[in-house]
Amino acid sequence: MTPASLPFSPMPVEMPEPSAFAEISQETLALTRRLFLQLARRPSTLVAGVLQPLIWLVLFGALFANAPSGLLPGGGSYGRFLGAGVIVFTAFSAALNAGLPVMFDREFGFLNRLLVAPLRSRSSIVLASVIYITSLSLVQCMAIMATAALLGYGWPGGAGLLLVLVCLLLLVFAVTALSLGLAFALPGHIELIAVIFVTNLPLLFASTALAPLAFMPAWLGWLAAVNPLTFAIEPIRAAYRGDFTLNQVVLQAPYGDLSIAGCLTILVVLAVVLFLAIRPLLDRKLT
Amino acid sequence: MIELQSISKRFGSRKGPVVRALSQLNLSVPRGSLYGLLGPNGAGKTTSLRILATLLAPDSGTVRVAGVDALAFPRRVRRLLGYVAQDVAIDKILTGRELLALQSALHHLPAGVAVERISSLIELLGMADWIDRRSGSYSGGMRRRLDLAAGLLHRPPVLVLDEPTVGLDIESRSAIWQVLRQLRDQGTTVLLSSHYLEEVEALADRLAIIDAGRVIAEGTPTELKSALGGDRVTLRVREFSDAVEAARVEALLQRCPGVREVVINSAQGHSLNLVIEHDGVIPQMRGMLADAGLQVFALAQSRPSLDDVYLQATGRTLMDAELSVAGQRDAKAERKQQMR
Repeated sequence: MTPASLPFSPMPVEMPEPSAFAEISQETLALTRRLFLQLARRPSTLVAGVLQPLIWLVLFGALFANAPSGLLPGGGSYGRFLGAGVIVFTAFSAALNAGLPVMFDREFGFLNRLLVAPLRSRSSIVLASVIYITSLSLVQCMAIMATAALLGYGWPGGAGLLLVLVCLLLLVFAVTALSLGLAFALPGHIELIAVIFVTNLPLLFASTALAPLAFMPAWLGWLAAVNPLTFAIEPIRAAYRGDFTLNQVVLQAPYGDLSIAGCLTILVVLAVVLFLAIRPLLDRKLT
Repeated sequence: MIELQSISKRFGSRKGPVVRALSQLNLSVPRGSLYGLLGPNGAGKTTSLRILATLLAPDSGTVRVAGVDALAFPRRVRRLLGYVAQDVAIDKILTGRELLALQSALHHLPAGVAVERISSLIELLGMADWIDRRSGSYSGGMRRRLDLAAGLLHRPPVLVLDEPTVGLDIESRSAIWQVLRQLRDQGTTVLLSSHYLEEVEALADRLAIIDAGRVIAEGTPTELKSALGGDRVTLRVREFSDAVEAARVEALLQRCPGVREVVINSAQGHSLNLVIEHDGVIPQMRGMLADAGLQVFALAQSRPSLDDVYLQATGRTLMDAELSVAGQRDAKAERKQQMR
């Protein structure tokens, strides 16, 4: 190669400091862009994330298609009942995987490369993951909702759609926080995958995704009634049923009745508490 | 420009033994110099550079870059430093250009400026043919050049490189050397670590030799070598002598005025290594050997090298030091240590 002459001399030592907001946006945008480039070139995560719940929807829907009508509370087909559960499961699975890219960056040393750069705030690294996972899981959920509609399981209109989005966002925030926390707390990706593997299906089964509380033995009913998935599923189910009010009771838990507003409050608290809980861990690992 | 003072750093976990990576290390790199940090693997070079790059906090000591306290103001120091790590972590699925674009954004360069700098660095480092391929397909030399480019994007006044040419092809190596010299000529302070003597000898204006976490010698290559005084001579009286004959020659040479530090190298067919104070000693030596009925099979004379400087300070050659630690290092544990 013929080396060209250096086109520059080093910069002066003192530079003016631009606004924090501009710098943090620039960092976050660049890091988010990287995650989407990865996704575009390795779309298997996206595809698998849609395929798995789709299979649930089709197989489980078919399995219980002939269940006697009137079996489920509020009537309606099993497919309609299942739809809300599968949508929430989709968002949950996607968010649970949020920590994986971060874990790989830790293990392969890419994180060190990011930490050598003069990031205005190292929260940009976490923020980029949250933005990425939130968009990814919403896209997957939309795909599932569209398919469910095609299968004749209905579509929440207007305010219902808004309620669905709010529930999904809150759940995704909470679970993403948990997963990112694990990604920094656990020693490697093997352990992280093990946790994801062990958490994923049991949380699905111990929720009202596949069957109503009334079907469950008392102990499982208790589990389902404190499972965060349930707090997202029940308002979404109400949204799919049509008219709803925020005070409408959607869950008759062993400890008392819960309204849509109650479920949303619990999800907000959960997301906030989890982000606050992982904060010290992130601070320690990122400084 | 770079000041490390009394830096100590231990590694260790509850399970493993405690390793003293650095003990009271002092290093002072003058502005605008190309400075070499020479030492065998495991001497503490990478640890020093990681502390300098704000990736690692020392247990004690102070770190200053251009007068800025790196422990108190790490972000200001990160803006002053370009750091090219030893084990290059790249995102295999991105192209080299995308990686440089990401890095520019992390240094907050305006988009237009970034594009311009990226293309000039592509030209400078001869990366045009492959920069738009995914970096997963790059060879070691390509990765290192890409990483050097990434370290230069923000035009840092200080460039720090950890073993920049280890395992590289000759073309990549000379390309990198050339760029480093140009940078130095244009005022950048360059600090590089290496366990290649010839690299430090060829590049560095000044160097520090580091061993077991301490600086054991410091100066310009010429200063260090001339401080040793006298040329190095390797002598054989036969292609392969036995120990008895070698001992006889040793005894003889020790009586010869102007000869110092006679050592039998049993690994090299019992050849004799010695230091002579001036050139006149050679014919004198030949005469003494002839009188004793011995002939000279081979005689090599050389100026002291940096390896001799290392040998003098530590009692072993750089090569032996490398070999002795080669089996002890646990690459997996070290990787773990660097993991956040």
